[in-house]
Amino acid sequence: MAIWLTENSKIIVQGMTGGEGTKHTRRMLASGAKVVGGVNARKAGTVHEGLPVFGTVAEAMRETGADVSVVFVPPAFTKDAVKEAIDAEIPLCVVITEGVPVHDTTEFWAYAVAKGNKTRIIGPNCPGIASPGASNAGIIPADITTAGRIGLVSKSGTLTYQLMYELRDFGFSTAVGIGGDPVIGTTHIDALAAFQDDPDTDAIVMIGEIGGDAEERAAAYIEQHVSKPVVAYVAGFTAPEGKTMGHAGAIVSGSAGTAQAKKEALEKVGVRVGKTPSETARLMREIMKSR
Amino acid sequence: MDLFEHQAKELFAEYGIPVPRGIVAHTVEEARAAAEELTGRVVVKAQVKTGGRGKAGGVKVADDAADAERKATDILGMDIKGHTVHKVLIEEASNIEEEYYFSFLLDRANRTFLAICSAAGGMDIEEVAHSTPEKVAKVPVSPIEGVDRAKAREIAVAGGLPERSLDGAAELIEKLWAAFVDEDATLVEVNPMILSADGQVKALDGKVTLDDNAAFRQPEHEAYADKAAEDPLEAAAKAKDLNYVKLDGNVGIIGNGAGLVMSTLDVVAYAGEAFPGQPKPANFLDIGGGASAEVMAAGLEIIISDPSVKSIFVNVFGGITACDAVANGIVSAFQLLESRGESVTRPLVVRLDGNNALLGRQILADAKLPGVELVDTMDDAAKRAAELAAVGA
Repeated sequence: MAIWLTENSKIIVQGMTGGEGTKHTRRMLASGAKVVGGVNARKAGTVHEGLPVFGTVAEAMRETGADVSVVFVPPAFTKDAVKEAIDAEIPLCVVITEGVPVHDTTEFWAYAVAKGNKTRIIGPNCPGIASPGASNAGIIPADITTAGRIGLVSKSGTLTYQLMYELRDFGFSTAVGIGGDPVIGTTHIDALAAFQDDPDTDAIVMIGEIGGDAEERAAAYIEQHVSKPVVAYVAGFTAPEGKTMGHAGAIVSGSAGTAQAKKEALEKVGVRVGKTPSETARLMREIMKSR
Repeated sequence: MDLFEHQAKELFAEYGIPVPRGIVAHTVEEARAAAEELTGRVVVKAQVKTGGRGKAGGVKVADDAADAERKATDILGMDIKGHTVHKVLIEEASNIEEEYYFSFLLDRANRTFLAICSAAGGMDIEEVAHSTPEKVAKVPVSPIEGVDRAKAREIAVAGGLPERSLDGAAELIEKLWAAFVDEDATLVEVNPMILSADGQVKALDGKVTLDDNAAFRQPEHEAYADKAAEDPLEAAAKAKDLNYVKLDGNVGIIGNGAGLVMSTLDVVAYAGEAFPGQPKPANFLDIGGGASAEVMAAGLEIIISDPSVKSIFVNVFGGITACDAVANGIVSAFQLLESRGESVTRPLVVRLDGNNALLGRQILADAKLPGVELVDTMDDAAKRAAELAAVGA
């Protein structure tokens, strides 16, 4: 078992025929994920990478039984692609695209809420979700880790990979990259709640970074609702105020959004926070060994 | 991107929002000429992208053109929180009856927009919200429904604005919403929004932050960029499409992925605490997941052109791009730089981990690049890079 993405998940790719879409469709297929088709209105009826291309998400779902969509379309078209997925009520929509205007994300999020939150949105600007050994929806390298009982939720792609790799001997139930944009669909709290309820997850790694107060709110949530051990890492202690550090959401504004405040909030509720990614892995290792 | 006050007001004016007449001046002479043109009392306002300029003496009233010249002499060149004043806005003085606060902003936590309105304007709104939260109305705004005149009025009422200001404020707020949406802003702030003696509601100040991710559909925003204030290394990196931020230390950093690079900065700073001079990161540079030879070369080129860099730390996790490809990229980057007559004259510590790490390390070991050292873990590599910077400093 895993959260949100299992071996039975059937994946379609919005923007499959583009460069990134093609490359990562191949990688997902190679990892054993069940990719069943793609969506491109202008190429409906054709075959790409051996898979059928459909005109709409709804049609693709009807024809293939798909329940997960991965979005690779360029930023200018992302809002419409996600709204289409919401209209089709696909259970999970993973938005990989980086550089989506925040007005667009805020709008499609409001649209999802107005439609009753039938579609879980992950991202944008995220590496996706992987349940090692079961399925992989996005761009997380499938071969750096193994299946196991650690859950991971992170704002950062490469730090996710780093931790998955360092803890590959224990392995992961599911790793979720929620993305580094200021507005995202699935949050740390959503993932923490799902891991808490997942019988196949024993402990959770949470990776945060500067900007906003998602980590502080996650800390408050952990105190109330999460009994499984959580180990955290926060990046950006040395980031200067007012500068965007690579991710659109990674910015310290005045005294708000600092790594120090996030670390303190997490430690206050008993979460052990690693000073470096490797120390974070060591802390998780101790927990897993003692079980 | 943050706008200067005068840019924000020019933008407001395009949307029909009343703002005082004003002229930008870069010199004392221009300031005098502007005051003469405006006639009467004027306000000389430092144009800096930071708050608290009033308290710092960056805003002064002048009685006439000669006085404006004197005040501009004081303000131009002034340092306000590390920002040098290169230009002032000369603006007609307003007869203020009342001062209010208004803004639209992105509410990250609730994933929606927020209107903030208060009859207690003209001062630090965070302080007002802290000491008297009941005086500050925070009204969520749906990106789907937006703000029409009725909603604008509702927000003004919630903010406690008096009856006589409501029509004017509602009109201003509705237009401000149009600017917020059409310009892809993440913040539009008017503090103070005033009621003038002649009964008009005006924007007396303006603060605007634009979403860089929307640049592709807002080509005219390019003109707002403050080229003069841009760090030359950041400008050069931008021209090469690199994600680079200049910092004040001496260990050059290259990595892949924003999170990993931020983490690298932290780990280097911790490691540096143990060495003389406490070496710190000189920059943030994310070459992206791909880490191709060309991008690696472009990145190295920027880093070696920074004279404060004493050592370089290349920290790559091979995920989608395996480490052998990254190692080959580093080797080609050295060849590429050499062919251009440039060379990496400072020690370079490389840490490769992840997919095909052993193969990648072997490729680098075999290449015997001058000054390049391989260290297996991120923590140890950060220590070595800091140590080398301390020696080189």
